[in-house]
Amino acid sequence: MNEGDELQNLNNKNSSVTKQNNKVVKKLMLIVFGMFGFGFALVPLYDVFCDITGLNGKTSTTAAAYNVEQIDTERVVTVQFISRTAQGIPWIFEPMVREIKVHPGERKLVKFYAKNESSRDIIGQAVPSVSPGLAAAYFQKIECFCFTQQPLKANEEVEMALQFYVDPELPEDISTLTLSYTLYDVTGKVES
Amino acid sequence: MTTDVIEQDSHDEHHDDHKMQGIKRWLYTTNHKDIGTLYLWFAFIMFLTGGALAMVIRAELFQPGLQIVEPDFFNQLTTVHGLIMVFGAIMPAFTGFANWMIPMMIGAPDMALPRMNNWSFWILPFAFAILLSTFFMESGAPNFGWTFYAPLSTTYSNGSTAFFVFAVHIMGISSIMGAINIVVTIMNMRAPGMTYMKMPLFVWTFFITAYLLIAVMPILAGVVTMLLTDTYFGTSFFNAAGGGDPVLFQHIFWFFGHPEVYIMILPAFGIVSTIIPAFSRKKLFGYSSMVYATSSIALLSFIVWAHHMFTTGMPLFGELFFMYCTMLIAVPTGVKVFNWVATMWRGSMSFETPMLFSIAFVILFTIGGFSGLMLALTPADFQYHDTYFVVAHFHYVLVTGSLFSIYAGAYFWLPKWTGNMYNESLGKWHFWCSLISVNLLFFPMHFLGLAGMPRRIPDYALQFADFNKWVSIGGFAFGLSQLIFLAVVIKCIRGGEKAPAKPWDGAEGLEWTVASPAPYHTFSTPPKIED
Repeated sequence: MNEGDELQNLNNKNSSVTKQNNKVVKKLMLIVFGMFGFGFALVPLYDVFCDITGLNGKTSTTAAAYNVEQIDTERVVTVQFISRTAQGIPWIFEPMVREIKVHPGERKLVKFYAKNESSRDIIGQAVPSVSPGLAAAYFQKIECFCFTQQPLKANEEVEMALQFYVDPELPEDISTLTLSYTLYDVTGKVES
Repeated sequence: MTTDVIEQDSHDEHHDDHKMQGIKRWLYTTNHKDIGTLYLWFAFIMFLTGGALAMVIRAELFQPGLQIVEPDFFNQLTTVHGLIMVFGAIMPAFTGFANWMIPMMIGAPDMALPRMNNWSFWILPFAFAILLSTFFMESGAPNFGWTFYAPLSTTYSNGSTAFFVFAVHIMGISSIMGAINIVVTIMNMRAPGMTYMKMPLFVWTFFITAYLLIAVMPILAGVVTMLLTDTYFGTSFFNAAGGGDPVLFQHIFWFFGHPEVYIMILPAFGIVSTIIPAFSRKKLFGYSSMVYATSSIALLSFIVWAHHMFTTGMPLFGELFFMYCTMLIAVPTGVKVFNWVATMWRGSMSFETPMLFSIAFVILFTIGGFSGLMLALTPADFQYHDTYFVVAHFHYVLVTGSLFSIYAGAYFWLPKWTGNMYNESLGKWHFWCSLISVNLLFFPMHFLGLAGMPRRIPDYALQFADFNKWVSIGGFAFGLSQLIFLAVVIKCIRGGEKAPAKPWDGAEGLEWTVASPAPYHTFSTPPKIED
């Protein structure tokens, strides 16, 4: 406590220093809280940034309108389909066609097969991702089972439709697109 | 810069005897020297703890196959080893140096916020008690790597995530308080006449480091909070099923993580920039360029984070941007290395232990810097990523970089701290044993990595066996060599040749104008700084 007294004396001697200290501390605390907030702000910023630039291979979560005027028959793009199930969902989930060739602008319909192999009802949600990531913005889904959740009763099986076209604006250097679906168990999670 | 000390206030000397005795002295202390000592001892104990974990890792890797530990426990060892060495050993050691030396170097009576200083130290042991206690729990310690990537730390966590998150929160709060204290002290408590550009470079590097801490530790706090809510409260920041993105975790983590690695090396620059001139008996070459180089390294550290993520599938533009920015950092770092060499050039050098560690720092840190430059090259990084080459790289910068600078600083200021000279021949033993063993330990890791040995794996293919045996032998030797340092410190505290106020004839700075050991209170009246 003597030390405290001594510091007190020192501080009284330099009460202007104490005031100055408090001012700096306040400013620094503002930076601290600002940066804590910035960490959380990065979450929406990242989504917006990826949305604009199409960097992370995320495709649109809503249906695209088909309004292509000219099908580019000169070009052929290979579209590959892959699927996987996340840990803990006892479903079979696979594309019925592994790979198709399309002309940019051409509409195509493919089917995915899913079967709930367990003896309980499960709601599944497929999350798509396109590789290379920059091509995601040019992969347009007119109809997709990934837009909604898929409830399957025990042992129920289903064929799910995906209708899409590849935007003719697709950069020249991309000749193969890979669409990957991961299926998650969302039973009991909030319906979105 | 020559300095004059106005006669010490006798009032202070009188109060010396009034400090509390026993444990209370340390629990309640607001004295920057006591708190500095606490930080340094804490860091050393944590260093030995983290080192013990590393010894088990190296014992397991001594030969191929699983010998001693289960793979899951091996993952816990690597994780906690990393966390302890980063947050428990290197960072608190530097805070200890800051507490001890900054007030004495700028002619201040104490840190600006002494009570907060006490608190920022005393919450640290609790953080590490929480972290280490997980070893004794059924679920085990964190096993997701010190980088705690989601979903390893969320969906696949073994149940230690909450303990991990709270431990990191406490470490973060401690670091932020320490950093605020350093900034306020340097801004407001400098002796009259000590302008910013007259501050010792040591003080400058801690000033910049403290700003980095204030900027990025809150980001770390934010990201672990998101991890906590993802794991236990059903949010989906990093969960693709709920619309989140695991890659976002890596972006936020490394936005903290890259400045963090400079937090662990900039103070090292400050320490060697103090020691090399002292034993070269010349002024530091290019003082102002050192200040600007340190600042530009700190600023650049904010725009290079994604070089840790080249293999996540970034577009070409992103890879090129982060590659060029990363390589740009080599420029100010090169300025520093050349300045140290130029300081030694034609100096009348002598090779006491602090200088030996500093010279080893310059050479070995540069090796670590060059392997960093190799990793910065995007196409090459695809081969090196997550191999032992990366392990070799960051151990060269953190062990032979940061840790060697801490040893250099400890030998340099031990006479000032204890009032006794350390045993020079024991110090030299410590240096040479460490130097040889540390290179045996980390250099072959470069080759292992280039040959494709992955990191964080308890077993490996047969062709890696010979190198791993040598690495393990180097590891055990390096671990044992650190006990020599413990012996040196204890011997030095107990006695030895009495140290004069300024035991190093080439040393400069206000800390050498006070007696050895430094009195409990120094510079109650500010010294006068002359040009």
